[in-house]
Formats: sequence, structure tokens, C-alpha cells
Amino acid sequence: MSEQWLVPDVEDPDSAPFWQAAAQGQLVVQSCVDCGQRRFPPRPMCYRCRSLRHHWQPLSGRGTIWSFVVPHPPLLPAYEAVAPYNVIVVAAAEDPALRFVGNLVESPEAPFHQTNLDRLQIGAPVRVVFQQVEGIYLPRWVLDPSER
Amino acid sequence: MATMEIKDRTAIVGIGQTSFGKGLPDTELSLACQAIAAALDDAGIAPREVDGLVMFSMENGREVEVARNLGLGPITYFGEVGYGGGAGCATVGHAAMAVATGQCRVAVAWRARKRAAKTSRPWANVAARVGGSAQWTRPFGLLRPVDEIAMLTRRYMYEYGATRDHLANVALACRKHANRNPNATFFDRPLTREQYMASRWISEPLCLYDNCLETDGALAVVVTSAERARDGKQPPVYIHAFAQSIPPQCQPMTNYFCEDPLRGPAWDCARLLWKKSDFQARDVRVAQIYDAFTPLILLSLEGYGFCGRGEAGPFTEGGALEWPEGRLPINTSGGGLSEAYVHGFNLILEGVRQMRGTSTCQVPNAPCCLVTSGEGVPTSALLLRRD
Repeated sequence: MSEQWLVPDVEDPDSAPFWQAAAQGQLVVQSCVDCGQRRFPPRPMCYRCRSLRHHWQPLSGRGTIWSFVVPHPPLLPAYEAVAPYNVIVVAAAEDPALRFVGNLVESPEAPFHQTNLDRLQIGAPVRVVFQQVEGIYLPRWVLDPSER
Repeated sequence: MATMEIKDRTAIVGIGQTSFGKGLPDTELSLACQAIAAALDDAGIAPREVDGLVMFSMENGREVEVARNLGLGPITYFGEVGYGGGAGCATVGHAAMAVATGQCRVAVAWRARKRAAKTSRPWANVAARVGGSAQWTRPFGLLRPVDEIAMLTRRYMYEYGATRDHLANVALACRKHANRNPNATFFDRPLTREQYMASRWISEPLCLYDNCLETDGALAVVVTSAERARDGKQPPVYIHAFAQSIPPQCQPMTNYFCEDPLRGPAWDCARLLWKKSDFQARDVRVAQIYDAFTPLILLSLEGYGFCGRGEAGPFTEGGALEWPEGRLPINTSGGGLSEAYVHGFNLILEGVRQMRGTSTCQVPNAPCCLVTSGEGVPTSALLLRRD
């Protein structure tokens, strides 16, 4: 049983460019070179036109909370130690069917488990931030009052 | 090419199960063999007559070991179905197709599982670096199946106004039915709405009683031709219709990345099932609906057409899911929530008992029984019929 935070396998060939972009502070998705269809999570083939050619397109990093949960124990030790905490799904501003799992944080530096849970609300506008965990940058989200 | 239909051409003629418990000493292979032996005894069929085996991909005992222990065979058809809780009805459906097409004459499908020990929770068994689809969810603390389904549940409640009372209606119905079933884990443990509302959170908005049991145990069924079934030891229970589905852009459990996450695999599975069936949802008076978590019942009631989209919460009101007065008693042995959680295979056996007339919550004169497997994953369903 893992005692540490879980982190993505950033050497996964399909998704490595996503994590590399995250380390540069950019939220990217695959975009088909041939038909323009955007897709996430990453995969080799465009499901609309079967093209194998894609580039990585930066998104604005803005979206809205689509749903959220608050896990309580029993959990893996690292997560149990900070529970209850929030996990959210964000729908991207560019296309609400592009969704990302993350956490709501109070500020770009704040730990995800110290968020005031009363702030969680479906439909709330959010903006991406990137937080380093064991050398890997994870996309997390802050409320974006400018969009209110 | 002419379509070959399997409708009513095969039947379940034997059912068997071990006792359910926590920390049973036997291995999963041993439990599987015991359940299959019991099912063959129930059917009055000798082990050497079994020539077909269908199992869950997640099964720990392999076909060769099952065959060597029970003295089965020669086996001429064997196969397995993936995606955990979505596989149950499909193992029986594949057995029916194999018998109907002459690839075997007597097929066995089963599930054996030991999950009641804390050390056997698969979600806890992960490396610190996660790849595949889990890399998009687990690092953020979305760790367990309950967290994944809670995410859909919150959205469902937001879109349609469903409430915790609706989820409680599901939990309480299953518990009431378990309280009549001496084999159920919670046979002697009633549950009240007050207890439900006061229970601890597991993953908000889901509480303890929205979660299924963790159970050690095994169950098996024997499938053979309708002709042979008519001369069998037990009343034949016909496999009237069978369907599976992987909907477009499906991601198991964390199905948040498609256009319409609240339209789960049940919808496409239901479309084929009803197309293949002489019955429609309005004809169904008893159903065994996969219930690893209470909200899966709401999603399934909509997917299989018992109510319109977003209407499942109100559908559960007024005891609608409860035996004997409700309009659709579900999970009449207690289901995964209150009888046993063996990846939904106990729902199949209860469907057979309903059609035999031997349930402890028997619905009189129901012509058919719907049985479904896991919603939120690639899924399957059976419509069972009696003579």
C-alpha cells in the first residue's frame, strides 16, 4: 500500500507531452491535424477521422466546476492523513465535454487539502494552476472571480 | 446471412453457492469449485458432462484448475469477460450463445471472490506512479470506486434534483429484502432511514449505506439447451434475451470524458436487450439491478427504461422498489448492498429463484425477471423467463 502521494507516470508515451506542458505552466489537449477534433485523455488516434497526426493545443486554462466529491477514510495513508479533502471535475471553457479531474485550491501555493469545502459549488468559474508534487506538476484550480 | 437468435433456446438449470462471509479460509479456487459442484447437484448433471466454461477475467482460479478439480470435460468452449462487475450477466450470455450454437452442450459460469479482508482492496494495491486512465484521476485523490461514482452522483443530484432520501430508498429496499433472506449477510440487521442519514460519509455525497458489502463467497450457474432443460430436475429458467454494451467514448468508472456522462452503458445495453425480447420494461415486475452503490440503481432504472431520464429519484418514492407492494421490487435477496457483494453474481441466482418461485421475497406470477450487471463500466444484462 502506497505511503506517498500518487503521481502520474510521466513516461507514458501517449501522455508525456501533457505532463511536459504542465511543467511549463500550460494545460494542453491533443488536436487532430487533419480534422481539428480536440480530445482528452490523450490517445494515438482521432476518433472522428482516424488520423494518427495530432498536435498539442494549449487551452485558456479556464473552466467551470462540473462536479465534486469529498472523500473520507478509509483511504491510502497519504490521503487519509489529510482527509476530508476535495476532488473536482472541471469542464473546459472552450468545450464543456473536455473535462479534467483536479482539486480546488485557495491559491496557487495552497495545499489542496486546506481548501474551505464551503467554496465548492457546481458551475463556479475556475482557472488552472500547477502545483509540484514529487517533481511532477499537477493541474489544480483556483476560483476565478473575474468570471463571475 | 440469416440471424441466429438465442431467444429461449437455452436455460439455467442449476444454481449453487457457498456461504457468504468475511475471511473465509478457503481459496477462491476452492470456493469456485464448491459453488460449481453445488450448481451441478442442483441441476442433476454429472461433472463429466460439462463441456463449456465462462468466467470473469478477474477470476483467480483458471479454467484448467476448475476443470481438473471438478473432473470436468473435455471442455470444448471456454472464454472470459472483462470489466469486473459488468461481466456477470455476460458470462451467462456467452454460455447461452455457446450452447445455442453447438460449441458445447452444458456450460458453467461462475464468480468466486474474496474481498472481505482489508488487505484485499484492489484500489489500495497501486504503485506510487500511476499510468493509463488512472493517471488522470488518482493523483488528485480520486482513489476508490466509491469516489468515482460519487462524482457522477453529485452531478446527477444537481441536474435532476435527486436527494439523499432517494438514495436511502434504494438502500432501505435492499435491506428489507435481506431481512427475509437467511443467507443474506444482513439477514438479522434492520436499517432505518435515521440510521442511514446519521451514518458516516465515505465520499460525499455518498455515505456508508450507499456502499455494497465486501464479501467472500462464490456462486455458479449451469446452462444447457431448452430441450434438455424441460426434462431437468429443476423448473427451467429460460435465457430469453441477453445484451452487452461499451458505449462510445466509454471510460470505465471515471466516465467523465464523454459528451454525456450520465447516459451510462445501461442505455445501449437496454436498447439491444429490449429489441431481442418479447417483453418490454413495462412488462417487468421484478428486477435484480447491479448495486455496488445506491446511485447505480437510479442510473439503471433510467437506462433500462423504467422511467424517463432524471425521473429515477421520484420513481423510488412510496416504497416502489420494495416487496411485496412496490411497483418494481428490486434485489429481492438483498443485493450487493445487503445480501453479499460477489460482483453482482448473486443477482443472477436471485433472478433464477424468482422464476422458479423460490425467492424469500417471491413476486407472484411475474413472467420474467431483469438482471443487470455493473453500470458505469462495460456492462451486460439478461432477461430471464419462466415457463
